[in-house]
Amino acid sequence: DTSLAEVNSFSPSMPISPSSMINQYKFEDEPELRDLFITVDDPESHITAIETFITYRVVTKTSRGEFDSSEYEVRRRYQDFLWLKSKLEEAHPTLIIPPLPEKFIMKGMVERFSDEFIETRRKALHKFLNRIADHPTLTFNEDFKIFLTAQAWELSSHKKQGPGLLSRMGQTVRAVASSVRGGVKNRPEMFTEMNDYMETFSQKINVLDKIAHRIYKEEREYFNEMKEYGPIYTLWSASEEDTADSLKGVASCIDKCCKATEKRMAGLSENLLPILHEYVLYSEILMGVLKRRDHIQGELDSKIDALANKKTEKDLFSEEIGKLEDKVECANNALKADWERWKQNMQCDMRSTFTNVAENNLRYYEECLATWESFLASQRVDLHVEENSEDRP
Amino acid sequence: MEDCLSKKMEITVSEAEKRTGRNAVNMQETYTAYLIETRAVESQSEGQCAPVDSLWRRYSEFELLRNYLSVTYPHIVVPPLPEKRADFVWHKLSADNMDPDFVERRRIGLENFLLRVASHPVLCQDKIFYSFLTQEGGWKEMVNETGFQLKADSRLKALNATFRVKNPDKRFTELKHYSDELQSVISHLLRVRARVADRLYGVYKVHGNYGRVFSEWSAIEKEMGDGLQSAGHHMDVYAASIDDILEEEEHYADQLKEYLFYAEALRAVCRKHELMQYDLEMAAQDLTSKKQQCEELATGTVRTFSLKGMTSKLFGQETPEQREAKIKVLEEQIQEGEEQLKSKNLEGRDFVKSAWADIERFKEQKNHDLKEALISYAVMQISMCKKGIQVWTNAKECFSKM
Repeated sequence: DTSLAEVNSFSPSMPISPSSMINQYKFEDEPELRDLFITVDDPESHITAIETFITYRVVTKTSRGEFDSSEYEVRRRYQDFLWLKSKLEEAHPTLIIPPLPEKFIMKGMVERFSDEFIETRRKALHKFLNRIADHPTLTFNEDFKIFLTAQAWELSSHKKQGPGLLSRMGQTVRAVASSVRGGVKNRPEMFTEMNDYMETFSQKINVLDKIAHRIYKEEREYFNEMKEYGPIYTLWSASEEDTADSLKGVASCIDKCCKATEKRMAGLSENLLPILHEYVLYSEILMGVLKRRDHIQGELDSKIDALANKKTEKDLFSEEIGKLEDKVECANNALKADWERWKQNMQCDMRSTFTNVAENNLRYYEECLATWESFLASQRVDLHVEENSEDRP
Repeated sequence: MEDCLSKKMEITVSEAEKRTGRNAVNMQETYTAYLIETRAVESQSEGQCAPVDSLWRRYSEFELLRNYLSVTYPHIVVPPLPEKRADFVWHKLSADNMDPDFVERRRIGLENFLLRVASHPVLCQDKIFYSFLTQEGGWKEMVNETGFQLKADSRLKALNATFRVKNPDKRFTELKHYSDELQSVISHLLRVRARVADRLYGVYKVHGNYGRVFSEWSAIEKEMGDGLQSAGHHMDVYAASIDDILEEEEHYADQLKEYLFYAEALRAVCRKHELMQYDLEMAAQDLTSKKQQCEELATGTVRTFSLKGMTSKLFGQETPEQREAKIKVLEEQIQEGEEQLKSKNLEGRDFVKSAWADIERFKEQKNHDLKEALISYAVMQISMCKKGIQVWTNAKECFSKM
């Protein structure tokens, strides 16, 4: 497919038609064109005098020239992922940086270091790095490369350079605060639309997340009751003679359906629940990105307002304003492109996740159907045999 | 053997109606009356439609009929009535006797009861039963005039016999154990089934929440909107489908409940046997002791310690005339006793024979009904799975178009 090959060279001089843009955004659907493969696995517990923490193994395989080797294996802890995220936000304030799993789980009875918690976190961290790898801009970020390749001590010393974590966090906080003051009145229409969209999307995705959890909970309770149900038929069969086989047949059907329901539950927790959760976090991230864009715009707007009041020193100001204008245009363009990309991905993710949910349910019902149909067939055969034997003299 | 009533007459309990009236203590009460319709079968074969007779009865009259039948035919496993109050409910059904779903299921249960009695070779010939179906007024008085209440064994007497009987027929002892097991296992089954139904209801209904959210979400999406909207519609269909599914399953539960109550009827027959056997044993024991007394008086030897013997030693023996008189009385009693014992023995054996014949009939009926019930349960599950497949196939198509 030649059009695909042209677009994926990332050459800025290529004409970007809408259809080829779509192909570019579907980049992650075609793994054979990827040149960076990352896995996160093997959680390990570390106990020191001060603290206990978990590290995860991060394995990178790549064919890219800028990497010295083709394979790397490092161990990273959650803090390191936080550092990476904040560096990316700092470097690209108006790009949509993928979400990290939360530091703590507030609800539920999941303990901090329970196997379930660690596994959920591991999967989310794996997703996080892969989403970065698939992002046309972020994938070439220097800190990202260091994160994937540096040994522990190298990473520590690299982290110590540059502004601390707290000051970077402060940036976003100030951006959020300042958006109240500025940047909104001159906001381009597109970003107001984006803001409105995100507000509704955020609402809906949160509700969906709750619904999905509720469904999981109900399915689990159903499973628990079903586990008890089948064995009663088996117990009954012990008191009966003629009907013992039929009763045992029903017991076996119920047990099979029980196992099928367990599979259905597993499907939910592996697919739908993590995706919906990820997009709940995404909606928060996007609101943050919009605020940062507004903040950048706000800086420009307040300088322009200041200029209007000072007739002198015009030259000095106009250079500053020029720089700010460039900054705003960059930010806007970056966000615009990334927004389109994000939307395409979201659509793709939602489509495949919900289709998967439907397939899970179909599989469940088809398995149960087969079980009961085979039971029915066996019963009808028996009845038929009985009738025949009665007919004989 | 005569044809059962069920072959000659079509019987239905076709309607249920709420009534208000005054009860025995002149207080106003609300109750449900059931319309029993009967029609002779024969004339239908001539192409004519026979006239339908009908009358109204309430649940308490059914109870009276059944009590009468249980007492009058203690060797028969009398079909049970549907439950008086809704039991083994899962959360949707109310335990209210006036609930329309409960009334409807009771109507079906009462019809089933009448059909069972009408197709029983012995019970269908009972005049009181026939009058129940055909005679509106004065039926209660007719039943009471039979004096059946007097024939009823006291609960206490029966309990006593159960504990003290020495040689009951082994088959009845086994049957009693079986009916205990049956009752226990069916109760357990019904309880868990109700909980499973409750949970299944929850799973389906929660999916209904998708509908509204998808619809609201679709409003802000351009390309995904249609897919979301139509998928949401299918989720609504899915959520709504559980109501019919569980309503149908109630019929299966009712079939099991009938046999739960049949267990009690089986136990009643066993109790009657134990009572008769105990009676027999007591009569035999009494006869033996009387014979012994007679022998001792006649021969003058005292083989066993008796208070009489001691008192006579202490206060002097009786005169020969007194002794003769006593012996005479005892001999009469012994003769009476022997006749009674003979007839009781005969009664007992007849009872065992006819009871066991009915129990064999019951066993066959139970095996057949149970198999049918399990098959119909499987059919219900299959139907539920097919509905599920249809809905999720549709939903999948909508999702894949998002």
